[in-house]
Amino acid sequence: MKNAISSVIAIVVITAFFGFAYPLVMTGFAQVAFKSQADGSLLKVNGKVVGSKLAAQNFTGPKYFHERPSAVSYNAAGTSFANLGPTNPDLAKNIAAAAQSILKLEGPYNPGLTIHQIPVDAVTTSASGIDPDISPAYAQLQSARIAAVRKLPLATVEQLIHKYTTGRSWGFFGEPGVNVLELNIALDKESGA
Amino acid sequence: MTGQGISQIVFYSIALVALGYPLGIWMARIYTVPRVAGRFLASVERGFYKVVRTDPQREQGWKGYGVTVLVFSVLFFLVLYVIQRIQNHLFLNPDHMKSVPSHLSLNTAASFITNTNWQFYGGEYTMSYFTQMAGLAVQNFVSAAVGIAVVAAVIRGIARRSADTIGNFWVDLYRTLVYLLLPLAVIVSALLIWQGVPQTFSGHATATTLQGATQSIARGPVASQIAIKQLGTNGGGYYNSNSAVPFENPTGLSNFIEMLAILLIPAAEVFMFGRMVLAKRHAWAVFAAMFFVFALGVGVNLPAEQHGSSVLRSSGVNITQGHGQSGGNMSDKEVRFGQAATANWTVATSDASNGSVNGGFDAMTPLGGAVPLVNLFLGEVIFGGVGSGLYGMFFYIIIAVFVAGLMVGRTPEWLGKKIDAREIKVAALGALFVPTMVLSLTALSIVTKSGLASVYNSGVHGFTETLYAYDSQSNNNGSAFAGFGLTNFSADFGAIAMLLGRFVPMFAALALGGALAKKKIVPASAGTFRTDGPTFVVLLVGVIALTAGLMIFPALTLGPIVEGLMH
Repeated sequence: MKNAISSVIAIVVITAFFGFAYPLVMTGFAQVAFKSQADGSLLKVNGKVVGSKLAAQNFTGPKYFHERPSAVSYNAAGTSFANLGPTNPDLAKNIAAAAQSILKLEGPYNPGLTIHQIPVDAVTTSASGIDPDISPAYAQLQSARIAAVRKLPLATVEQLIHKYTTGRSWGFFGEPGVNVLELNIALDKESGA
Repeated sequence: MTGQGISQIVFYSIALVALGYPLGIWMARIYTVPRVAGRFLASVERGFYKVVRTDPQREQGWKGYGVTVLVFSVLFFLVLYVIQRIQNHLFLNPDHMKSVPSHLSLNTAASFITNTNWQFYGGEYTMSYFTQMAGLAVQNFVSAAVGIAVVAAVIRGIARRSADTIGNFWVDLYRTLVYLLLPLAVIVSALLIWQGVPQTFSGHATATTLQGATQSIARGPVASQIAIKQLGTNGGGYYNSNSAVPFENPTGLSNFIEMLAILLIPAAEVFMFGRMVLAKRHAWAVFAAMFFVFALGVGVNLPAEQHGSSVLRSSGVNITQGHGQSGGNMSDKEVRFGQAATANWTVATSDASNGSVNGGFDAMTPLGGAVPLVNLFLGEVIFGGVGSGLYGMFFYIIIAVFVAGLMVGRTPEWLGKKIDAREIKVAALGALFVPTMVLSLTALSIVTKSGLASVYNSGVHGFTETLYAYDSQSNNNGSAFAGFGLTNFSADFGAIAMLLGRFVPMFAALALGGALAKKKIVPASAGTFRTDGPTFVVLLVGVIALTAGLMIFPALTLGPIVEGLMH
């Protein structure tokens, strides 16, 4: 019984401190010191929120860089893996279908394009479903189409890719990736859209 | 695999020792000295003891300690259950989450109270901010602190001679929370916020995408929760895809920090143990055994994933590393982490009973995916969960010195104490209870209709998913192979697995600590088996492999091994 009384009191005290005081203080710190990150790294165009730097969105059609496939239709409020096992027949089907549509989309702008030139991240679902990055190789593959459709010099497109490539943190941790949303926003600006 | 990827992993290992060692010294201090902090903090501490009505000078025997832990945990379990059921009536619910269904609430309460953090739900669309903060995140601190408190008490028992008590639970709990977990959590959350993890009380943000669609973006007080879920080997994500989600883990650097946080305290505990029992060389030997198994896991998983699955290789797409991509099996992986950082995380999280992931296990190659499965089956003693990992390791150490004793025909000793039949029985119970339960529950689940309803992928892979689910829950890991769905059956049996998997080994460990505390020290003689050399490391790894490994092997043959042979 003594244990029970002590426990109830401890639960109240601990919940008050670790459940409220701790996150409140951290939120106060975050909102003051790193406002943009704390609010979800939102990106704005003409004052309107168009997405987050940290979430992929669905890009279709030829004038935008495309994201990696998503198991959740780029739902940034319902992330998920695809969870297709390595021997699941659907995995092979999905990969083949993704590769075919890339060949169809990029083929006209890249004469002689074969499936062997498609980087693996372009045909596989990301872990979060909202991976904001594509590999530099996949960005490179899409650059000829973007340049042609937007009537921009290829060099300009490549410069933009370079600009929005996030390298490894401190040049060491992780892998480089190209942030697709930032890149597409920059493209729209460049084309004066 | 490039030198770059490998050097990231080597750097990780160095950082683990460089930070874990001094932290271990600090931990040894907080569990042994009468007063840890300066005047102000000491008076706050005394205030806590006063309100929970305990005399910090009065210690408990192992049974008293265990009963207090149990009562405290059961009551917290009830609170957590009720919070989920009534969250729709509480405040801090800007996105209008509904009451959580009863079986799911039961499973989730069991999951967080036991430091498992198995999740049959996606946090961003199930739990209110209130539940996340005042319920789940609190348990991230508390369940971790309970585990660490228990291991500190058990170690005290090992260090003492002819003693009847092993410590006061409330003192150990308070000191773990305030002098260990809180400062680390504040530092890690601040770093994560800087890297881009959200920390706000505003609800979902709504964006109008470049192509005119509407996108809802889940956010909340994320960073404060992620910091402790990593440090406390909890692992329960704020988002469904856990630390693969850019909001939980936005950069290569945040990934490194979170990954370091997984193993930091478990590694530090080993050094704390060495100091508290005055056997630093023995602690290094234990560390070496753990590190060897960790390195082995990375050594298998990384090449397997880089090589890719047969489906990917035969598809014709380019999976070769280099020329602007990290290549390999990118299914359910993120570009910013690539293969090396995902393999490192996968092995760390499955060794440490953390359960957070930065890539999907379900889509890993058969060999790559077998690594976390085997790691789980080793009983979470390779670093292991905070507290539970090290006391789990003590069972194997006892079995190892017993085996050594049998080989040379002497009564086994450990750190100057004679190991008798009672200790060996307790250690065997602690080591074998969980694997036995995993196999039984998996068997039950695959022969019943309601059990099979949880499986997503058909055939062999479905078996692996089931095995992994019970393995993960029983070992209080909480990582999901995913592909295992929520039913009333899976929720209830999962809850049982987590509760028994937590408290049976914990009581075995406390009993062990209590029994060893009573013993006298026998001086080492020429015939004493040395527990601080390479021979001991080999023996310990061998014992772990034999005891746990052989229990899983038949089940592995039915799952990943068949799958690997089929393709």
